[in-house]
Amino acid sequence: MEIFGAVITLIGSIFLLLGGLGILRMPDVYNRMQTGTKATTLGSILFLIGISIGHYECGCLGKIAIIILFIIFTNPISSNTLARAAHFAGIKLTSRSVKDDLKEDDLENKGEEK
Amino acid sequence: MADLIYNIAAIIALAGIVLSFIRLIIGPTIADRAVALDGMTIISISLIVFIAYYSNRIIYLDVAIVYGLISFVGIVAIARYLERGI
Repeated sequence: MEIFGAVITLIGSIFLLLGGLGILRMPDVYNRMQTGTKATTLGSILFLIGISIGHYECGCLGKIAIIILFIIFTNPISSNTLARAAHFAGIKLTSRSVKDDLKEDDLENKGEEK
Repeated sequence: MADLIYNIAAIIALAGIVLSFIRLIIGPTIADRAVALDGMTIISISLIVFIAYYSNRIIYLDVAIVYGLISFVGIVAIARYLERGI
């Protein structure tokens, strides 16, 4: 049982490493935000579940569950807010991107107001 | 055997923190630095929980909860500052 939890923790830590590598290597703010949120959310959930499986005799699974629920709820919210703020602050997309839906919606709204 | 695998996993997660920290230093804009700080915080919460079990001090789990809360509020405040100023 302890080995099983340790292997799940190892898989989660590999996801955390890939999240850090994506934050370093991606070409754009928005790509960095995407890899830094998705990979670290999944990796930290696996990491915490693995640790709580390996030490199940401690009897504090409730706090681990609270931390996991907190990460699930707040991580997408903060990432979404930051991406929206970066877009409206005028940070350019990378030259390889093909579509910008938020910019098109913005232009349509301004046209309706005028 | 299991303890060895746990230690290797913690070292790999620490390497993720180091990679994010390089982006925190060289990031061209404020949004880059905020993203790197967000990633570092999430990895740090996992490592705090690991340290809580490693040293048999369960009170550290409360530290992890409060750290996540303060990090969320901080990131939202930085985003609001970027969007329209405080």
